[in-house]
Amino acid sequence: MWLRYFDDGRRTKSKNMKTSGNTRIGIDVGGTNTDAVLMQGTKVLTSIKVPTTKDIGSGVAAAAKAVMEGASVGPQEIVHVMIGTTQFTNAFVERKFLVEVAALRVALPATTSVLPFTDWPDDLRSLIGQHVFLVHGGHEFDGRPISGLLEEEILTVADQIKQRNIHSVAITGVFSAIDNAMEESVAAILQRECPGIKITLSNEIGRLGLIERENASLLNASLSGFVVEVIGGFVSALKNLKIDAPLFVSQNDGTLMNEDYVERYPVLTFASGPTNSMRGAAYLTAHKEAIVVDIGGTTTDVGILSNGFPRESSIPVDIGGVRTNFRMPDILSIGLGGGSIVRQNENGEITVGPDSVGYQLTSEALVFGGKTLTTSDIAVAAGRCQLGDPELVAHLDKDFIQQAEQKIHAMIEGAIDRMKTSRSDVPVILVGGGSILVSRNLKGASEVLVPENFGVANAIGAAMAQVGGEVDRIYSYEEMGREAAIRAAKEQAESGCINAGAQADSIKIIEVEELPLGYLPGGAVRLRVKAVGDLYQSI
Amino acid sequence: MQVNHTNLDDFIRGAAFLGTGGGGDPYVGRLMLKQVLDQGRCVNIIDPMDFPDRATAINLLTMGAPTVINEKIPSGPANVVALRKAEQELGYKIDAVMPIEAGGINATIPLVVGALTGLPVIDADGMGRAFPELQMTTFNVAGISSSPNIIADDKNSVVCIDTETNIEAERFCRDICVRMGGEGQMACYPLTGRQVKDHAVLNTISLAVAIGEAIRVARSDNEDAVDALLGFLGSDEVGRFARILFDGKVVDLLRETKGGFSVGRVLIDSLDNSGSQLEVVFQNEFLIARRDGVPLAMVPDLICIVDRETAEPITTENLKYGQRIKVMGVSVPAIMRSEKALEIFGPRGFRLDIDYSSIEQLCRNL
Repeated sequence: MWLRYFDDGRRTKSKNMKTSGNTRIGIDVGGTNTDAVLMQGTKVLTSIKVPTTKDIGSGVAAAAKAVMEGASVGPQEIVHVMIGTTQFTNAFVERKFLVEVAALRVALPATTSVLPFTDWPDDLRSLIGQHVFLVHGGHEFDGRPISGLLEEEILTVADQIKQRNIHSVAITGVFSAIDNAMEESVAAILQRECPGIKITLSNEIGRLGLIERENASLLNASLSGFVVEVIGGFVSALKNLKIDAPLFVSQNDGTLMNEDYVERYPVLTFASGPTNSMRGAAYLTAHKEAIVVDIGGTTTDVGILSNGFPRESSIPVDIGGVRTNFRMPDILSIGLGGGSIVRQNENGEITVGPDSVGYQLTSEALVFGGKTLTTSDIAVAAGRCQLGDPELVAHLDKDFIQQAEQKIHAMIEGAIDRMKTSRSDVPVILVGGGSILVSRNLKGASEVLVPENFGVANAIGAAMAQVGGEVDRIYSYEEMGREAAIRAAKEQAESGCINAGAQADSIKIIEVEELPLGYLPGGAVRLRVKAVGDLYQSI
Repeated sequence: MQVNHTNLDDFIRGAAFLGTGGGGDPYVGRLMLKQVLDQGRCVNIIDPMDFPDRATAINLLTMGAPTVINEKIPSGPANVVALRKAEQELGYKIDAVMPIEAGGINATIPLVVGALTGLPVIDADGMGRAFPELQMTTFNVAGISSSPNIIADDKNSVVCIDTETNIEAERFCRDICVRMGGEGQMACYPLTGRQVKDHAVLNTISLAVAIGEAIRVARSDNEDAVDALLGFLGSDEVGRFARILFDGKVVDLLRETKGGFSVGRVLIDSLDNSGSQLEVVFQNEFLIARRDGVPLAMVPDLICIVDRETAEPITTENLKYGQRIKVMGVSVPAIMRSEKALEIFGPRGFRLDIDYSSIEQLCRNL
């Protein structure tokens, strides 16, 4: 048997655990579907898929209501609601609901040779505006100030912000990842002078790399109006259902943010979709080191689980034409899904995708009486699953079906091979509605795992209540010594974790990355340490 | 020739390729150039053969750690300050500026200064690629002093260093650079037009533009970009010996710091199940490539790692596990292969215990 299901093992285990007091709802709001699960401890009580609604809130409400009814759980029993959403990514990519932003860089006399927005697409620049301000301040790599802050200069900026009627500002200081004091001081002055202004601090978002971090901050600031609306929609949806539980939103690295934090940093949700499905896959199979293959309707996302978290991309990521460097999982997307169109060319060669019937699968695919041959039709014709009317694909040639299946598997195997980091075989976890396309073992996989609830892994990932803390700074090993530096960084990551609401005894350091800085003597090393912890005692 | 909005991306991609894995990501340089071009300024590139023998030139660069450069953007105006100070020290006007290295961010700095000052930029450099240290130039090979070495920062601090040897200049400048916040804007190696013609590596700015163009055109024509690049480099017009040394996947990566450099090696497994493995050793730049222990190319010949589909150059900092890459080897002009040149930037100049063999020799069967 090439598949291993996890229902028995997991259920027995969860019965032995204390589950009271952690009943929660995980929701994933995708472009097409809103998925929800109701979980108690480690157990999924119910799950549902409903269409995503235009106003988001009513879809979320419908999903939450359905899972509570399905599990006969009352709203007063829900202790947390976790939501994963791609709303903010979509808004930015589609240039919708964005506000004008003041770009305030704390750096003079340095950095004038590349001003904010230099590399932005023209349409975005004209939408978000060209309110650029540079003031004195910032730090050197070793923590020395470049220059001191000048309060009068900042007051002039505050005046300008008021005059120009701007309600959102992104503050970026040089080397603020090493010392955030100047960004904080500037923020305090603006807060006082421009009451109610939304402030994004670059040190809260980013890593080293001024332009990319500033871009991510500007992008975040441009969403400051929309995020209030979306979170407000979530809150009132829950309120209408009489759910009086704190709301969390999942972020790119698989950890959670509370309502206040997401209102300040919506940009941190940008890649939460694939992250949630990978975290859900890890959780459902209890595998911490594996490759996750998430097959949707149009695309297949392949990512690597390392220590239970998605491996992150180390290279800058382009979002809506803007280069950023915030924490994103390293994902390979290929044009293969349950709705991908299957064709045969004159030479008899079979092609699959990249175009897909997408959400119209249930009207366009042959098994649903439609006219388009899709990968799902192939799976039904091969007898791999029950979907629609198998009679409608009974006419397909056996060899053709076999070749099409071969092609589909080869595409997935190719993607797995591209993501693998070693020659040895690794476990592969299949999630997503399109998992039905896989009918045999895969090359490069030591085993292929299809967990129960594979279709709602993303909502389960959202419900996985972990919070995190991260440090990314430059340390001098010659001055501090390597061990002391790593210890200091770990302690800081751990306290960040506790501030986010983690149980102290559950905190684990999951990543320590050392990057020596070329050309600089003195043993300067950039250290990145990440800690995570549980919101609950019992998981 | 001009570098303008139309060929800027080609130039930057070519400079990244000639960076052979190091030299700092030219992305920041691209933004600096874009900003001056957006202001309506021009970058005029002149052929060294059109530059009069008695005219004067100077090399411009940013010295510093790539991480710092990405955070504290190099200052074009500070580089102009360094240039003007050099004129004062020399007691004459500079007629043109030029890059000290053809690869990485330093390929872009003199173009920014050219745009700011209106000075032409000579289509030539002193390394023909990227190297980590100031004395690793064809000028040093020819016995030309780098002094006066001017180093300036954003706060108008300007330091002038005169040294007996160019290696001493490297050491003093590096220390000053750390004091200036890990980065300094430099002018050094003043040259006459005659010296440029005799001792520089010629036409490397236009080479970078053409490399970028070859990659771009191949991509838009849906041709194999790596093959197109090989074809271009090997053409009569360019006359380089260029080969694909290896086609594979990154399976191991070791990076550490030694003496202020990013030192390490990357292991690449072949994709054809032959069991063959390529090891590339780097010190900021790629130094030597060995297949199953046998050298295929070594410094100063170019070893470039590119994405196997798009031919996008990959720096040592951006290497990661699992990447599908092609490793390319490209010969360098004869001026970089003299006995004296190899002492300074051949394998032994990087403390590799091996004598130089040319890529033509090592890859004659490839």
